[in-house]
Amino acid sequence: MSNFFDRLLGRSPRDTSARTAKERLQLVLIHDRTDVPPAVMDLLKDEIITVISRHVDIDREGVEINLTQTQRESRLVANIPLLDAPGGGRKRRR
Amino acid sequence: MTAKVVTITSGKGGVGKTTATANIAVALAGMGEKVVCIDGDIGLRNLDVVMGLENRIVYDLVDVVEGRARLRQAMIKDKRMPELYLIPAAQTRDKASVSPSDMIKVCNDLRSEFDWVLIDSPAGIERGFRNVIAPADQVLIVTNPEVSAVRDADRIVGLIEAEEKGPGHLIINRVKIEMVKRGDMLSTEDVLDILAIPLIGVIPEDEVILVSTNRGAPAAMEEKSRAGQAFRNIARRLKGEDVPFMSLDDNQGFWQKLTARFARSGG
Repeated sequence: MSNFFDRLLGRSPRDTSARTAKERLQLVLIHDRTDVPPAVMDLLKDEIITVISRHVDIDREGVEINLTQTQRESRLVANIPLLDAPGGGRKRRR
Repeated sequence: MTAKVVTITSGKGGVGKTTATANIAVALAGMGEKVVCIDGDIGLRNLDVVMGLENRIVYDLVDVVEGRARLRQAMIKDKRMPELYLIPAAQTRDKASVSPSDMIKVCNDLRSEFDWVLIDSPAGIERGFRNVIAPADQVLIVTNPEVSAVRDADRIVGLIEAEEKGPGHLIINRVKIEMVKRGDMLSTEDVLDILAIPLIGVIPEDEVILVSTNRGAPAAMEEKSRAGQAFRNIARRLKGEDVPFMSLDDNQGFWQKLTARFARSGG
């Protein structure tokens, strides 16, 4: 039935307004629940990059800082790719 | 008797708190339970008109709290039901005329005489909300499958947990199954994914609700109303019965059936 309407309206089942509503809600609620607005996230990201770069070389472009949620528990997840040190000890050596 | 105090709240206004309170009260009373409703929306009372008892108000909740009337004098008996009473809100006062400890005292005085004390909330999360949450043993959160109502419900879920009154139980009100089917309304599953609290009822959109509110006779009094049935199911679940959630699908009118048939043959 929904497939019929979807085809009639020329959209895929994933592209419904209910899906959009759900995704928007999930995003806004992560910030509501933690009281961390997107602007603060950006600030956090910049500062984390600055602090970590003082000690190790990181791929600044590849840094991801996200709020995630499992049920009603929130956590801040940082994914920070390191750059290989030139001539670093873990490179293959003879 | 030791009444259970159940507060019906939502955050957002207009989602059906008062309608839910009136209907659950009528449903419980119809099952032989002794029920009293308190209108916690001081200054904007409405539970009286929804229940059809507006012409019988002499004293209200604020009169009781301020000592001008005894609790029993402010209780209006609904003569259509065996044991159903309403304590109306004051209309010309504000939320600050009652405190959370006043509400706890009033409810404690009612506990020995009733099976259920149902409290209808004002919209919002300020003083009026704190008043109605304070005495609650259980909280029912009413929402609609719509972004602003769900967002506000989420806020209420958090506040209730902070007050250690959680987890709230969810009522999803005004579900239009045809819109859900074509992907234009959040489904029950969507709302549950987002709010992550237990579900206690799903109420289909039903014109009978408006008609029954016009008349001051809650839909749960009517055998045939789908929404009324859904409210009766909530009452049974409150009592601890394991009632399966009804399919919202059978409520198709002639045109829906016809278009559904076309849709099937078409796809």
